Amino acid sequence: MSEQLILQLVVSGLGMGFIFALIAIGLTLIYGVMDVVNFAHGEFIMLGMYATYLAYVTWGVDPVISLPFVAALMFCFGLVVYYLLIRRVLTGNMQSQIFATFGLMVFLQAGAQFVMGADYFAVRNSWLSGVVRLGEVVLPVPQIAAVVGASIATVLLYIIVFRTSVGRQLRAASQDAQAASTLGINVSLMYALAWGIGAACVGVAASLLSNFYYIFPRVGAVFVLLAYVAVALGGFGSIHGALLAGVLIGLLQVVVGFFVSSELKYVPVYLLYLAVVLVRPRGLFGRS
Amino acid sequence: MLVLLPLAIGDRPFELRMATLVFLFATMGQAWNVIGGYGGQISIGHGLYFGLGAYTSALLSFRFGVNPWLGMPLAILLPAVCATIVGVPCFRLRGHYFVIATLVVAEAVFQIFTVWDWVGGAIGIEIPVKREGWQNFQFHRDKTPYYYLALGLLVLVTGGIWWLSRSRLGFLLRAVRDDEEALRSLGFSPQLYKSIAMALSAAILGAAGTFHAQYVLFVDPFSVLGLHISVLIALFAILGGAGTLVGPILGAAVLVPLSEYSRIAFSGSGRNVDLLIYGFLIMVIAAYQPDGLVGWYRRLVGSRHRKGAPAKGET
Repeated sequence: MSEQLILQLVVSGLGMGFIFALIAIGLTLIYGVMDVVNFAHGEFIMLGMYATYLAYVTWGVDPVISLPFVAALMFCFGLVVYYLLIRRVLTGNMQSQIFATFGLMVFLQAGAQFVMGADYFAVRNSWLSGVVRLGEVVLPVPQIAAVVGASIATVLLYIIVFRTSVGRQLRAASQDAQAASTLGINVSLMYALAWGIGAACVGVAASLLSNFYYIFPRVGAVFVLLAYVAVALGGFGSIHGALLAGVLIGLLQVVVGFFVSSELKYVPVYLLYLAVVLVRPRGLFGRS
Repeated sequence: MLVLLPLAIGDRPFELRMATLVFLFATMGQAWNVIGGYGGQISIGHGLYFGLGAYTSALLSFRFGVNPWLGMPLAILLPAVCATIVGVPCFRLRGHYFVIATLVVAEAVFQIFTVWDWVGGAIGIEIPVKREGWQNFQFHRDKTPYYYLALGLLVLVTGGIWWLSRSRLGFLLRAVRDDEEALRSLGFSPQLYKSIAMALSAAILGAAGTFHAQYVLFVDPFSVLGLHISVLIALFAILGGAGTLVGPILGAAVLVPLSEYSRIAFSGSGRNVDLLIYGFLIMVIAAYQPDGLVGWYRRLVGSRHRKGAPAKGET
């Protein structure tokens, strides 16, 4: 097997992997701060992709330009979801929390199909399309952009969470909400911020993804399932874990898709999830 | 009354079909309720067992010419065995880890079935049409027998679950849901009761799957194994009221007509208005009325008659 092929597989795997990682980081951030799994996370991706697509076809705004706006839009959407829905189930049992975001998932998916129909859309001929040739090696631009864009977003997120005062408050609220509240931290605001930032991460991922992936109402399902696996593999609430697991999954599915069958490329990922949580029920980097 | 209903609507295929579907989905909701409602182990992968039941029945008939009635025991047993096997690793996981594990297992099987030629791959299997009659489980002109079969299945399952909910196993299951650690410290094995409940749940879905396969005479991964089937199964029970006996029946009685009529109102444009309403209802119920429609009704009745006395119920 030639070196070009290996390099192409790696780039393509990393492209997907960084996208999975970014989605998973959004998910794990929300979970880490308030112990709620967002089952509508995949539908957030779908919304971000439709927003990118609509900006492109109606106003001709390229995904590169619309990216920050989509991220900002998703940030606001995350806040709205928190204030209208999540805040009401925070004190409830785990079942009603699962049902709430589960209902949101069904609602958003059906809503998208109602408004946009079940058709597949694609952003064609955006700035980030085509390939680059490095001698013998041909690499797809959208995947390289995904790696670069998602890396930048991840670094920004790390700075926000680990280097700023807001990030310190966020982490304080996630470690012990009661103690944080005694110290004068507005915990409810931190929860809202976690939803906003989590959704914004997804917005960035969605924008990068729409350069090379079809857009349809159920598009979120594929990505979110793998993001759950990444979050669980990394350990719920662990940002480092989600990043590492996301990239690993991206590489694994490309390798399996190439050597075994492209239809079965996700099956080993699922098996990997089962295997890991059996050995370490709280994931690789999970807190007890 | 339900027994006589076909006399009134027997010549109206649309209403007859809808009533049959209400019974079928109510049965599926009851099955989910055994483990999800009473046991508190939320599964979003129950389409797997429905699909396995449907596929077993269809494959036996298609590949080996086995009569559906003879195939039924196997179509019930196989999902139950699979559920037990799946349960061994999954029940060691708690909360979200469990929910995601059920999802992941169902999705893996779904993807395998879409590429597995022997089971028809993504195209699916058409069940050979036989002479109609009870012995072949096929009725072509008049679909009324399907109505009675579905009603019978629902009554049988509901009766069984009513008995179960008052039995020792029922109490232990609710104990698993409410405080697993306490149960463990008393020397019981939560794992065992969860496994039994899961197997029962899967067995009921296997029977429902057999019925569905013989009713539509066709199976493919999308219609019986897909994620949206798992979502629907959970939906009926959750909307009606998880962990109550009438919840799934109420859920199906509300959602199926909603779905069928909205399909007519929007002339089958595939716009999914029914799901739009479902999703909205579930959010509202989760945020404002976690006990589902049953809890809402109880609160209404309770505040009118008993002035805030605690609602009596089977949970």
